[in-house]
Amino acid sequence: MTLKEFWHRLGSPKWFYQMSGPWQRAFAILAVLLIVVGMAWGLAFAPPDYQQGNSFRIIYVHVPAAILAQSVYVALGAAGVLLLVWRMKMAQLVLENLVGFGAWMTALALFSGAVWGKPTWGTWWVFDGRTTSTLVLLFLYFGLYALRRAIPAREAAGRACALLAVVGVINIPVIKYSVEWWTTLHQGATFKLTEAPAMPASMWAPLLVNVLGAYCLFAANLIAKLRTAILRQEQGTAWVREWAGREARP
Amino acid sequence: MHPKRRSRLLTLVFVLTGAAAAVALMLRAANENLNLFYPPDQVAGGEAPVGVGIRAGGMVLEGSVNRAPDSLDVAFVLTDYQGADFRVAYSGILPDLFREGQGILVRGQLGADGIFQAEEVLAKHDENYMPPELMPLADGAAGASDGR
Repeated sequence: MTLKEFWHRLGSPKWFYQMSGPWQRAFAILAVLLIVVGMAWGLAFAPPDYQQGNSFRIIYVHVPAAILAQSVYVALGAAGVLLLVWRMKMAQLVLENLVGFGAWMTALALFSGAVWGKPTWGTWWVFDGRTTSTLVLLFLYFGLYALRRAIPAREAAGRACALLAVVGVINIPVIKYSVEWWTTLHQGATFKLTEAPAMPASMWAPLLVNVLGAYCLFAANLIAKLRTAILRQEQGTAWVREWAGREARP
Repeated sequence: MHPKRRSRLLTLVFVLTGAAAAVALMLRAANENLNLFYPPDQVAGGEAPVGVGIRAGGMVLEGSVNRAPDSLDVAFVLTDYQGADFRVAYSGILPDLFREGQGILVRGQLGADGIFQAEEVLAKHDENYMPPELMPLADGAAGASDGR
């Protein structure tokens, strides 16, 4: 199968449903393994920080949540482009089913940041560039959630959400570079693409495991929701009826 | 590419470019106000307003911390290690991370005498996390720490 064929098939809900069962299982198993190993490693075995002591360990929740919060939004923006330009059916399903996960990750990043900020900074919240732009990200997720429910016609709601998702992606570089453009209370980036992290491997390795686990959780969650949504959307079609008959048979 | 798709894509690129330009201009216009705090050179150089609530920040100068023996009053100097510094007076409990050489943010008012009267002191840490047993190595390398 060529890449172009794969691309065309990915746009077909039926093909996606029939292929994605094993993908979902694989990602779910990987997610559980990586997150259990990463959390135990980070929370119990990684060394504490010389300044912050054990409150440093909040990084193992905070950074994966913050990275996912932004990655999910970029994925929503990509789905928005696919829907607006190519009218891809699957993109509409992604837009409808990914908002909740992203909003929860953003909320977790803000909450864990507050829990971390109280003992280290001395305050649980401050309106600096990084925290404020992340709060804006949460409101963008709320906006996507509300916009879809405000427009009764599904197709129109999908396009409106797609536009908001695409335009909202502008906030992502603002979040990323906020700590460089302005003076902030928030420290610089933990992981940079161009340099090694400024901490020893005993600290960043468990963090990397947690981030990978979070991405697997994202994939497993998205595939599971897409599969349910596909069955609901295609319930009248012959292949779903045939599938349901086959499943029901003993 | 199908002409219809091409025109949709162009419209989308146009909308996105416009929105990005608008955001960029807004952030540029607001740039000064988006900074959370005044660094030492702006406080010492008279760019920070006197007598209004502001935030300022810097590193705690080694050997500058003076605690009153009978109260919570504390005075210290915040510096950028590049020649600019200013004095801070505060009464209250300092955050756990407060120490010499640490990045600190103070919220309060700059007095006409150049002393910053702080109402709140926050600690700023960087992304250079380190296990405690590696500290002696870093001390030797940086040479700027006070040995803790």
